[in-house]
Amino acid sequence: MATASPPLLAVEDLQIRFHTLRGVVHALDGVSFEIARGESIGLVGETGCGKSITARAILRLVDPPGRITAGSIRFEGTELLTLDRRAMRTIRGQKISMIMQEPKVSLNPVMRIGRQVAETLLIHDRSLSHRQAEAKARDMLGSVSIPDPARMAQRYPHELSGGMAQRVMIAMMLVTRPRLLIADEPTSALDVTIQAQILDLMTDLIAEIGSSVLMISHDLAVVAETCDRVIVMYAGTVVESGTVDAVLDEPSHPYTRGLLNTLPDQVDPDRPLQSIPGNVPSLLAPPVGCRFAPRCPEAGPRCRRETPAAYDVGAGHVAACFLHADGGVA
Amino acid sequence: MTRPADDLLLEVRDLHVDYPLRGGLLQRRRGTIKALNGVSLSLRRGEIYGLVGESGCGKTTLGRALVGLAPQAGGEITFDGVRLPADGRRDRFARKIQLIFQDPYASLHPRKPVRELVGEGLLINGLASADEVDGRSLAMLERVGLNAEHLYRYAHEFSGGQRQRIALARALVLHPQLIVLDEPTSALDVSVQAQTLNLLKELRRELGLTYLFISHDLGVVRYMSQRMAVMYLGHIVEEGETETIFERPQHPYTRSLLASLPSIRHRKQRHKAALQGDPPTPIDPPPGCPFAGRCPKTQPICREQNPALAPAVGDPAGGGRDHRVACYFPDLPGEG
Repeated sequence: MATASPPLLAVEDLQIRFHTLRGVVHALDGVSFEIARGESIGLVGETGCGKSITARAILRLVDPPGRITAGSIRFEGTELLTLDRRAMRTIRGQKISMIMQEPKVSLNPVMRIGRQVAETLLIHDRSLSHRQAEAKARDMLGSVSIPDPARMAQRYPHELSGGMAQRVMIAMMLVTRPRLLIADEPTSALDVTIQAQILDLMTDLIAEIGSSVLMISHDLAVVAETCDRVIVMYAGTVVESGTVDAVLDEPSHPYTRGLLNTLPDQVDPDRPLQSIPGNVPSLLAPPVGCRFAPRCPEAGPRCRRETPAAYDVGAGHVAACFLHADGGVA
Repeated sequence: MTRPADDLLLEVRDLHVDYPLRGGLLQRRRGTIKALNGVSLSLRRGEIYGLVGESGCGKTTLGRALVGLAPQAGGEITFDGVRLPADGRRDRFARKIQLIFQDPYASLHPRKPVRELVGEGLLINGLASADEVDGRSLAMLERVGLNAEHLYRYAHEFSGGQRQRIALARALVLHPQLIVLDEPTSALDVSVQAQTLNLLKELRRELGLTYLFISHDLGVVRYMSQRMAVMYLGHIVEEGETETIFERPQHPYTRSLLASLPSIRHRKQRHKAALQGDPPTPIDPPPGCPFAGRCPKTQPICREQNPALAPAVGDPAGGGRDHRVACYFPDLPGEG
């Protein structure tokens, strides 16, 4: 591990609990990862694995009854979890931005889109006049390939298609040139031809600004094409991480292997799809030891007793599985 | 077309579905949404026929029209040799054509136990007497992977995958011949999707069913179907054997759609978006090819007259006898 400069973002041992009437939900346990400057990381996993809550935690947007109960999130060396609210506000939007899945839900329905983009600028740069901000906003709308930006700036969100609304969101989130862009399923609500346009646009703009990206997706193919590294989550824990090539070509955690095998584009139509038996466990009482053990074809007694650490399986490629530990799963 | 007629289970000819677009204080008709604009297709007994396209292309409307849930403005639907009434009255056929919806969280009645959800169709159709209903329902629930302890539970107690199994049992208990599956796994996670797709394939084999499999997910359609059609703006633009469509597509829209698909295997060849702009709206569409506004090959004739769906020509590999394409300037194999 050659760590010449500290990573842009370092998440360590993050733990999140939801205190509900039915008990305590162990939403996230021991989640650690780093994002280097200029790097794109994909966070993948199925519904409820904790990928979205991890993203929200970075922006300190975990709402009650959820609570960050342990761990640390350092951004450019600063601990975010203890930062006061005002300092956190200047980080949000200016240094770390987030694009959500449903652009039409995230945009203000009663404000013209040009003003929404300008407002983002004004909040973060008090020296700008309104007129300057609006002019800059129109430029930004042009750079996300919105046709006729001066006229489109006068529109309201409901007048836009899903793809156009997502372009506006991207304009808003990148206008401050953030160091880190968090994109939570940015194309999941879009059709594939529009998805391809949006992914192109994001890739180009991000390369130009030099932002790092945390891309959350349930679609492994989207992450495979747009990210450098990938983190696979299951039931609130990180099970595997490494470069996209390493993880997809040599998946080392049985869950990652299972996930790849279930994809219909990987198999011959004459053979049944492999599936992962059982269901995702309830996080009210997660299994002791490895959370995947009850569904794992390779689990041994140790998996039901101890929680696996992240074991090295190659250069920067780790898997939280006793198959790769001294002593194995027995 | 020399195949015996009884090979066909369903034949749709020149189907039109219009929805009025109303607005203003008096809700005057301001235009017409052409949800289906002359769609023809036929399904053979026992096959899985895939229907793909992006939002708003009419694939869901087509599924709904088959079960009488969309107003038929023109054309005809022939099912098992009998022409279906155009007014949506399908009493005699309702049982034989079943529709499975995308969202299993919305399609099951929240206040009825599974026993009633599955059994009510049997009673309504007079297929079983009151004391046979539970036995028949249970047998079908067991076939789809549920059991007796689930009979008295309610929909909210089940996961998405289990709910989709309940919806299937509810349809299958009526012994349908055709099942329209509208994005049956889109609301499910991939590991659960795999179980559901496997189950659907097994059931088709065992019960001799025919599926119209509607999906926006090309990977799923490729895995599931033998033949398929690609829709765009209320039209079928290309149809054929699934492998032909994926390997040798000829319509520029099909090619763009396939090129837009991200892939794990071919991730190194990160493609640029193949299409610019959004699909146009189906409100009072202009004459000509529906794709003309976004097509890289558009010529004047494309804007004047809509090309008919005609047998694909010029494919040295044969292309399959069923390959049809609606384009004046199809992309022939070997080109770019």
